[in-house]
Amino acid sequence: MWRYIAKRTGHAFFVMWLVATTVFVGLRSVPGGPVRAMLGQEATPEAVARLRAELGLDQPLYVQYVEWFSEMLVGDFGQSITSSESVGGLIAAAAPRTLSIAAFGVVLGLAVAIPAGIIGATKRNQLQDYAATIGAFIGISMPAFFVGILLAIVFGVQLGWFPVVGYTPISEGVVPWLRSIFLPGVAVGLPYAAGVTRMMRSSLIETLDEQYMRTAVAKGVSSRIRLYKHALQNALIPVVTIAGIQLALILGGSVTVEIVFGIQGLGRLLVNSILERNYPVTQMTILLIAGIFVFMNLLVDIAYTAIDPRIRYGGEQA
Amino acid sequence: MSDKNAGTPEFARHAGEFGPGEVPEEYRTEETVEEYTTTRERIVRVLKRDKLALLGALVVVGFILTAAFAPYVAPHGPEQQFGFMQEPMSESTGDFDGDGQRETVTHYLGTDSFGYDILTRIMYGAQISLLVAFATVAFAFTVGTALGTLAGFYGGKIDSVIMRGIDFIWAFPTIILGVGIIAVMGGLGWLNVVIAIGIAFVDDFARIVRGEVLSIRQEEYITAAQAVGMSDVRVMFREILPNAVSPIIVQATLMIPLAILGEAALSFLGLGVKPTTPTWGLLISDGRQFISQAWWISVMPGLAIMTVVLAFNTLGDGLRDAFDISESEVN
Repeated sequence: MWRYIAKRTGHAFFVMWLVATTVFVGLRSVPGGPVRAMLGQEATPEAVARLRAELGLDQPLYVQYVEWFSEMLVGDFGQSITSSESVGGLIAAAAPRTLSIAAFGVVLGLAVAIPAGIIGATKRNQLQDYAATIGAFIGISMPAFFVGILLAIVFGVQLGWFPVVGYTPISEGVVPWLRSIFLPGVAVGLPYAAGVTRMMRSSLIETLDEQYMRTAVAKGVSSRIRLYKHALQNALIPVVTIAGIQLALILGGSVTVEIVFGIQGLGRLLVNSILERNYPVTQMTILLIAGIFVFMNLLVDIAYTAIDPRIRYGGEQA
Repeated sequence: MSDKNAGTPEFARHAGEFGPGEVPEEYRTEETVEEYTTTRERIVRVLKRDKLALLGALVVVGFILTAAFAPYVAPHGPEQQFGFMQEPMSESTGDFDGDGQRETVTHYLGTDSFGYDILTRIMYGAQISLLVAFATVAFAFTVGTALGTLAGFYGGKIDSVIMRGIDFIWAFPTIILGVGIIAVMGGLGWLNVVIAIGIAFVDDFARIVRGEVLSIRQEEYITAAQAVGMSDVRVMFREILPNAVSPIIVQATLMIPLAILGEAALSFLGLGVKPTTPTWGLLISDGRQFISQAWWISVMPGLAIMTVVLAFNTLGDGLRDAFDISESEVN
């Protein structure tokens, strides 16, 4: 088990290193380089040279790389080009907003998806199943930002229950904070719930058809224990994988949903930095989002060891 | 069974004991040979049997035809302006075709903040949105299938190098990778969108194809093909890929709606096609700031996205059931 965890952790760090290096190389291979993009085509060669020196771009690539990487490891993420704020500060201001929305979306999504999937599988081909299946099908067909706009129109504009614009930090009270992230959270949570529901339902149906389920019936195990202990434990394994991979939907979704609700989160920061060609901000934001995704999936992998005894005891074959 | 065998029931000792075929009646099994059906036959069969998939296919075809013939079927020109933010089913009166007579036209889906007819804009938007989606999947399909085949066929070092690259693509949520690639390419335009989302989808194809190739490689006919001296390329293209085609088709059908959603999201962020081109994502984005006065500006193109994505998903699900591919294999 420890070997498995160590292997997965090593792999996650390797992927992150690969991501960081590619982002570094990628953004430095922009046609004309960031300096040209920042100063425009008419800039004098002197101005270009000055800015290149200022940004350390006149150094050989490997020197820049080592410098950038070592500074990043000690938490110095550089400076924004357009506003002279530190990149770390900008991200620290934006990240809590995005993470609040994402966390709310995941919690809501799982709270909807797991019961809905169980109902769909146990009441197969009944009214409840059709409702869950059709709901999930519509859910995977809507982009998060469109769900956000619909919610904003109905619950924000028409009913006036929730604010349509802005974010209230949790330090100003839990209720205002919850109210401000409720609609964006639902908007990213519903498409996520739809994907997980489908997986939960089909995985549970598959498990319920297994031989050992019939054995359990023959042994006289009560239907409750059959469902929750025998079936669900096995059915959850693929669901956990999908729940991890679909976090991409949550993170990608919150980037667009933030724009719908006018919240200054990571998505807004990323898009603005690209439009302003503010490369230090772009690369750190991309790295951060990829990092969140990779390490959440590492947690999912580790969670496997708790759910699946085959990994806990076997270790290697997984 | 013959008579002389009545006393010794267990096993046959003499020829002819159990009659023709020498297999006891009770051990005889029904031999079923699955009849070979071509991919096209199977798809046709799905559409005949699965009415929902057929409906999906019809809606998809409808959207494609509308997009292709937008200039002929759209009620107005894409740049023709009417009153601002008119409600759905509202009417405009005026001389629109320049023949000197006033006529009344209905805006079935209303008009937007520039006074454009929304139904017209959605029809023209379908051109870019669908074209980008198809091109994206074609790109990801080509690159992903090639990489997956190489990785699965050769294994070893080639496999691990390719799969590390695939892991890297996987490490990004689609939108984030797309946004990053747009940043690197430093420009807007539909081709950039195709490449950006296409790269983000390469991993899905590569993984599936690799898995298929790994299992097909074990088959005896591959050993046979190699034994008669077929080249690697020929084995891959003539022997392996044709046998891996069903999961790839299903995956492609299910990736198109994701590509539509991806393009819409990038355009919505203002990082997709040029801002003046009508695409569904941009139309939604244009209407976002007016949701309190004119909800229909962003809701109508959103419903268009939803309808076509639903249609593709129904079709994809039908095909997946028909090819008997489990949901964990293709998603």
